[in-house]
Amino acid sequence: MRFDTKIRYDFVANRNKFFGFSIAMTVIGIVSLIIFSLNFGVDFKAGTNMDIAVGKQLTQEEAKDLLTGIGFEHVRPTVGGNGNHVTARFDEVLDQTKIKAVQNAFIEKYGDQVSAEVNIVSPDMAQELGKKTIIAVLIASAAIMLYVMVRFDWRSALAANIAILYDAFFVITIFSIFRLEVDLPFIAAILTTIGYSINDKVVILDRIRENLRFGNYKNKNQLAELVNASVWQTMARNIYTVLAVIIIAVCLLVFGSESIKLFALAKLIGLVSGAYSSICITSPLWYLLKSKEKRKVAVKPTTSS
Amino acid sequence: MLWKRIVAFLGIVVVLFGVIAWTSPSIVKDVKLGLDLKGGFEVLYEAEPLEGGEAVTKESLKKTANNLLDRIDKMGVEEPEVTTEGSNRIRVRLAGAENEEEIKEKLGKPVNLTFRAPDGTIELDGSDFKQNGAGIGYDNLGKPFVTIELTNAKKFEEVTTRLIGQTLSIYLDEELLSSPGVNYAIPGGSAQITGDYTIEEAKELRDTINLGALPLKLTEKYTQSVGAQLGQDSLERTVEAGIIGTIIILVFLIILFRIPGVIASITVITYTWLLLFVFNLMNATLTLPGIAAFALGIGMAVDANIIMYERIKEEIKSGKSLMSSLKAGSKNSIRTIMDANITNIIASVVLYYIGNGAIRGFALTMIFSVLISMITNIFFSRFLIMLIIKSNLFNKPSYYGVKEEDIRAL
Repeated sequence: MRFDTKIRYDFVANRNKFFGFSIAMTVIGIVSLIIFSLNFGVDFKAGTNMDIAVGKQLTQEEAKDLLTGIGFEHVRPTVGGNGNHVTARFDEVLDQTKIKAVQNAFIEKYGDQVSAEVNIVSPDMAQELGKKTIIAVLIASAAIMLYVMVRFDWRSALAANIAILYDAFFVITIFSIFRLEVDLPFIAAILTTIGYSINDKVVILDRIRENLRFGNYKNKNQLAELVNASVWQTMARNIYTVLAVIIIAVCLLVFGSESIKLFALAKLIGLVSGAYSSICITSPLWYLLKSKEKRKVAVKPTTSS
Repeated sequence: MLWKRIVAFLGIVVVLFGVIAWTSPSIVKDVKLGLDLKGGFEVLYEAEPLEGGEAVTKESLKKTANNLLDRIDKMGVEEPEVTTEGSNRIRVRLAGAENEEEIKEKLGKPVNLTFRAPDGTIELDGSDFKQNGAGIGYDNLGKPFVTIELTNAKKFEEVTTRLIGQTLSIYLDEELLSSPGVNYAIPGGSAQITGDYTIEEAKELRDTINLGALPLKLTEKYTQSVGAQLGQDSLERTVEAGIIGTIIILVFLIILFRIPGVIASITVITYTWLLLFVFNLMNATLTLPGIAAFALGIGMAVDANIIMYERIKEEIKSGKSLMSSLKAGSKNSIRTIMDANITNIIASVVLYYIGNGAIRGFALTMIFSVLISMITNIFFSRFLIMLIIKSNLFNKPSYYGVKEEDIRAL
């Protein structure tokens, strides 16, 4: 009854393409991390970050001249917003007088409306945060895995967990390749990517579980068909939901304030990857694990095949 | 009979939106904004024992934090937040504070008060004094003296016994403040410092000793400061982004799901209002990532609706009646939604435990948004759609986004 959805694309049969693509992306990510590492923001690298809302149009050249003028020659400020916003990253921990000097230089030139956000992190804090993050990702995924294992089975848990770790790593890969800055909100983005991504996986796994209960399968082909049908039955929901969250993330990216943009971008990448991996990684992977089990139990008596 | 339900539906919606419209302005006004939205600054201190002092304990850390809070209060900063973190950190968060330099100057270099023997050995330090234990007294001639109270009476007695006839000098960092003589051993843990003080001088010494009872040495490890204007800009732009996104989503929902889409819009608006309301009740602070979580939470809230309506659509397509489609659809979808949301909460709880400041706010918002989303988008949504279906007014499948030709005969 439930299996007669029009199957337009066979995700299970084409699984090796997806596995290949994702493994390739992961390898690229590892290579990129080794070569480029990440563009660590102030939260992870000791130093000072200044975010200055100038309130008037200015060019990068002007900002650089201004900073050079007060003794910061190696700082490369970037101009964002609508050309009225400067971000400057100093590799040293600036003290209050130096910060004041920078602020005053801008105020002198552009007026009193200049407003700044200053972040200072000392080296050991940054390292600690990095460690904490990795631990958090591992704890979160272990906890999620445990939950899925209890609610579903170990195959679902494994298939889902590999995919969510892949999603988290995919976001890191993109940030590494494009040299995007990694700061504290980025960590929040990664961790919630895990949350959203597992959401998608649970919806599909739940459908597989349900179909499994109502329909029995006799061979691998039928199992593949069952997985495919489950994917397609939940396709509309997956697309709508991802679309809904993407709309929000895109709005934050386009209209949101400077400090939330990278966060929104990280979320966006994570969401798209999460939707992809639910359909193209978790489902075929589950099939693979499940079909192995079948062979052991049922195929043994008839060794003819 | 049937009209009753539609009247009930409209009544509920009108009353609800009335309450929302009526309470929203004050709710929005009451939301406590974090320093990234309001301007202000945050400092994370790491505490070390003073020279020769005892190791940092939970107690001494708490005491230091309380002392910092006292100082900040005296400077007239509103709603300071001083929290201890881990075993040796103190986070000071001052939203809306403007005289940052002055405050940091006073907090960042906590006075290190010591009482020293003539040969320079430190006999007592700030941790030996009772917090706010110093006071002023006057002798018969109206001359002021400073009274002090010590935490360890034995120690003080021992020190004064040893130093009879000598001086016990009071140092603030390396600056000599006063050099009172010890005339006799002092038991009981309280003492008077007499000298040729004017009332002003005596008061100053008292305050110094009180403020100096800071048991630990603090170093700045992380600071973040946000200009008020920048915070205001961030707030406006991010809220605007969230509202634009939400409107687009609601329009989409109504186009895709028709009647259920309208109901989803009602529940999503209710969800947003309720979340803000709970936020205020908890006295939680809204930060920039918090607003982002808020907006993304709307995406999640929509998801709960979509899972349910897609499921109902499927059931309608399989040829069931509207009523049994609703029942089967919502029953089958609740389990999925629960599993999906619980996994999300697990991730958020982990985030809450490892995160700091703004991230904690984000995680907390996520947790609450998921919980409130479950209430409004599973149960309230189902209740409303039940009223609509029972009213029998909207009984065409097209009202639910299902084409007639897609429906199979049972």
